[in-house]
Amino acid sequence: MLWLPALMAFALIVLPVIGLVVRAPWSRFGALVTSPSALAALELSLRTAAVSTLLCVLLGGPLAAVLARGTLPGLRLLRSVVLLPLVLPPVVGGLALLYLLGVSGFAGYVLDVAFGVRVPFTTTAVILAQTFVAMPFLVVSLEGALRTGEQRYESIAATLGARPWTVFRRITVPLVLPGLGSGTVLSFARCLGEFGATIAFAGSLQGVTRTLPLEVYLQREVDADGAIALSLLLVVVAIVVIVVGRPRSAEGLR
Amino acid sequence: MLHAEVVVQRGEFTLDVAVHVAPGEVVAVLGRNGSGKSTLLNAVAGLLRPDRGRIALGDRVLTDTATGMVLPPHQRRIGLLAQQPLLFPHLSVLDNVAFGPLATGTSRREARQAALQHLTEVDAAQFAARRPGQLSGGQAQRVALARALASQPELLLLDEPLSAVDVEYAPALRSLLQTVLADRVALIVTHQVIDALMLADQVVVLDAGLLVEQGPTREVLTRPRSTFAARLAGLNLVTGIVTASGLLADDGTELSGQHGYPAAGTAAVAVFTPAAVSVYVDPPKGSPRNVIPDRVEAIEPNGTLVRVRGASGLAADITPAAAVELGLHTNAQVWFVVKATEVAIYPQHPKASSNDAAIPNRDAPPHAGPQISRR
Repeated sequence: MLWLPALMAFALIVLPVIGLVVRAPWSRFGALVTSPSALAALELSLRTAAVSTLLCVLLGGPLAAVLARGTLPGLRLLRSVVLLPLVLPPVVGGLALLYLLGVSGFAGYVLDVAFGVRVPFTTTAVILAQTFVAMPFLVVSLEGALRTGEQRYESIAATLGARPWTVFRRITVPLVLPGLGSGTVLSFARCLGEFGATIAFAGSLQGVTRTLPLEVYLQREVDADGAIALSLLLVVVAIVVIVVGRPRSAEGLR
Repeated sequence: MLHAEVVVQRGEFTLDVAVHVAPGEVVAVLGRNGSGKSTLLNAVAGLLRPDRGRIALGDRVLTDTATGMVLPPHQRRIGLLAQQPLLFPHLSVLDNVAFGPLATGTSRREARQAALQHLTEVDAAQFAARRPGQLSGGQAQRVALARALASQPELLLLDEPLSAVDVEYAPALRSLLQTVLADRVALIVTHQVIDALMLADQVVVLDAGLLVEQGPTREVLTRPRSTFAARLAGLNLVTGIVTASGLLADDGTELSGQHGYPAAGTAAVAVFTPAAVSVYVDPPKGSPRNVIPDRVEAIEPNGTLVRVRGASGLAADITPAAAVELGLHTNAQVWFVVKATEVAIYPQHPKASSNDAAIPNRDAPPHAGPQISRR
């Protein structure tokens, strides 16, 4: 009974990708994906996604720890708020960022007047937009790992004479590594695919804010073949991310 | 050795006890789930800060709420064996046991050597290279014991260490604990009477956060003064000496039973449930079963059954119909009969029998030395 809908769900995921492969302009593929604009977009995408993912880990890690271990009364509400970028349409997130950090936004105004810094339509804006949409992936994965009874292992380690720092290094980190790994991989993939928030907050300037998804969208208007070739490039990158990141993180250590 | 006075308030529930463990002694804390046993252990281990109280180990003060002093767990030198083995899943068995020595500054080589020694002590050296996931529950608990011992704690806390172990494996692990705890100081929390019987010198009975009974193990379990302790014990215990076929009781009665561990001649107890005992008003003839003559001291309701208590302290649970049919009354001569297959024979805790002379008069105040007092 379950087989038919399960098969349909699987087909819905796989068939479009196959359609892309079938329709791909294989004779011109090399030339299309190595065009200067494509290479610039790919390089920008990888660079910004890497930085955004790092930001997710550096900021989202502590946030996950606070959410998992904290004892504040409003923590449940806070936990739901963190999920906001996950359910919010990305383009709305981009607009929200624009009205916070744009020249007319209150934080943007302060930055502009005090430091002469303008964030929108820069590579920084791309990174902020990506971090905004990808953060929940990391926080949710890591928080889950931190909440599944690791504290009992930590208590035992402490009774064995281990200082808090030793416990953190030798018990906590290894135990949450699978969660951190899958969170990082998911965040990176989400950053790489980010479109709505980026175009709203950072625009589409070649080499500065035009990431691969934006380039794909733009190419579709002028050269459908080019768009398909770049799409396949994104598919390949996505598959590599899953293959490299999944086995250890998703299966876990136990 | 350990002096712990702990008050913990959790909503409606209040834990308010004082427990003392003398050097070289094992104290069992008996009580049902929710009686506050684990809370007490966590306070001693430093994993929980009591609302009020003072905990001292030897001449070191570990917790003193009056001065606001609470020593963190890693500075207490108190080992903890929990219900679940909680072996670190990312480390091999050997590295699990070496964790304690390594964390306290021992070199890697020496830590591993020590780990191997302790694994040998619990007969688990053959698992050294394995991952915790490849062990059975009982094997894992043995490794967890080795790990706790390897950090050389001054006091060992055991929190229901056998409750998550397979039934058929528990007796072997219990014997191992008996060996290991023989020359150590420990506080063991359990709801199983047999654990206290085999492992502990002294017993503390907790009910709803309060100490209801205390004293030498055999004293408390065989002659419970509180109905709560009696119900908790809920078992017939006969002390004596192991023979080839069973047990020669102190009063000369011969009991057949099941035993695998004790060697003939060792002090032991025969344990059987009141439900396994039938009552006769005439001596049963030609029976291969255990027959113990006794005199009825009390007949009381026990759930849907009737509990017949003999003057010797033995109890039998029979149906009300059977009680009426037998015409039982107080002081009636009866014969308690129990099948050999229902009688389990366990070695007695080595110090429990030698302590007999030291058992204080029940009505006298606790004497000096090993003692446990109610706050």
